[in-house]
Amino acid sequence: MTAFYGILARDLRLALRQWMDAGLVILFFLVCAALFPFAVGPEPNLLARIAPGIIAVSALLAVLLSLERLFLADYEDGNLELIALSPAPLELVVLAKVVAHWSTTGLPLLLATPLIALLYNMPADGLPVLLVVMALGTPTLSLIGAIGAALTLGARRGGVLIPLLVLPLWISVLIFMVGAIDAELAGLSARPHVLFLGAFLLAALPLAPWASAAALRQALE
Amino acid sequence: MHRFANPGRFLRLAEAILPWCVGVSAVSIAVGLYLALFVAPADYQQSESVRIMYVHVPSAWMALFVYTNIAVASAVALIWRHPLADLAAKASSPVGAGFTFLALVTGSLWGKPMWGTWWVWDARLTSVLILFFLYLGHMALMNAFDDPARGRKAAAVLALVGFVNVPIIKFSVDWWNTLHQPSSLLRAEGPSIHPDMLWPLLLMGLGFTFYYVSLLLVRMKSELLAARIRALHRLAMERPANDPGARAAPAGSGVSSEKIDLDHSGGQEIG
Amino acid sequence: MGGYAAFIWPAFALTAVIMVGLAVSSLRELRAQQKTLRDLEAESPRRRRRAAAKDDRP
Repeated sequence: MTAFYGILARDLRLALRQWMDAGLVILFFLVCAALFPFAVGPEPNLLARIAPGIIAVSALLAVLLSLERLFLADYEDGNLELIALSPAPLELVVLAKVVAHWSTTGLPLLLATPLIALLYNMPADGLPVLLVVMALGTPTLSLIGAIGAALTLGARRGGVLIPLLVLPLWISVLIFMVGAIDAELAGLSARPHVLFLGAFLLAALPLAPWASAAALRQALE
Repeated sequence: MHRFANPGRFLRLAEAILPWCVGVSAVSIAVGLYLALFVAPADYQQSESVRIMYVHVPSAWMALFVYTNIAVASAVALIWRHPLADLAAKASSPVGAGFTFLALVTGSLWGKPMWGTWWVWDARLTSVLILFFLYLGHMALMNAFDDPARGRKAAAVLALVGFVNVPIIKFSVDWWNTLHQPSSLLRAEGPSIHPDMLWPLLLMGLGFTFYYVSLLLVRMKSELLAARIRALHRLAMERPANDPGARAAPAGSGVSSEKIDLDHSGGQEIG
Repeated sequence: MGGYAAFIWPAFALTAVIMVGLAVSSLRELRAQQKTLRDLEAESPRRRRRAAAKDDRP
């Protein structure tokens, strides 16, 4: 467990030194969400109707952009090899890195979400579910994204390849994220959707680090 | 399974059965096509357009069958390190992607006259579209590395992750679709299928399957030959410069994890 | 074709094009590799004889 905290603390320290990276993620989130009113027109009812989808997709894209740096820096300067050689299980290392990644990506997005909901005129009673859904969804996105990031280490055009690999895997999460908010706003229960999101997160917690570690080992061979 | 890990033995086996596979495929498809286009009856509800079913349904079957094969081969490659398994996955992927594309497009061509629309986001269409993206990602990842062996291994992991995900996607898209788009149009079943329609369908399915096996064998042969060529190039590079038989080594992937060799016993990892 | 010919024939034609196309491209690739291998082995007959001998072992 010390290895876990060690890697976590290290990654967080490194991320905080370049806090602009996290800042850029939020900025992209805002800019992306801000594009759609120009594209579809500013009519408030329309925007309120599509708000959950826009927020979810913009969050997805923001997380996507930040995935490449999950392993790349350590891979390129040889640290990843050293870490892999240490006695700590590689799966635990991956989990620590993903937690650090989420703290600097998903968590800021979560904090920025109410602002976007406001800009889109989303009804306020959808806001609690929106936050729950983002809190459950973004860690899953980071976990699944880690698999994509690990697989493309050392690939040509790895950065462009990650979206192609990761987006199909994210679709189920997206569906339930948006489904929960829409259900809540329609007066139905969001509980089934939220439970599914929780289930995805619980399943991804052991499985994603396992798959990512396997991919990392291939990259380091 | 491990008896065929020796590339030489596999190639001889492939040589032997390939003509039969091609023959069965050609005959099945020929007879199936004839029945499908000219003999099978028009459908009670859908009239002649039901004939598209005879290419649409077998294509869809193949799309799923090939992906399952890729997943199994990937598991065998990763768990038992069988040297031919990841070659099988690499060889299968473009064929599976082709069938998935055909399933989607012939489905649209069937859907337009029947449902009035080229596309609808129902659970089955959407999950087949995602399957198509998974195939494309698989091929892209495979070819993204200078070292072919690394590409195949990475693609194997992706194939397994995707395979787990396909039922989840299917299920969640089903749920999504039911809540947001209750679809009433998509029941193309009608009466349970009549033998006059079943036989052409089964024949086409059989023909497509043997077509896939034939292509798989041909493509695996190509991969094995390519590996031999790479090995020869590597040996040529390692030879001393004054050897009259030495060939100038091409620039390219010098250091890699490819380990096929012709001068030792088989069963080792194939580069 | 009951008026649906514009849909039926393109469906079958596209199927034929893709399947034939895949087959042709696979065969072409195989021929190219076979040719390259023949050319390489012609340059070093010693290697080919040794390799062929080893391959026949059970």
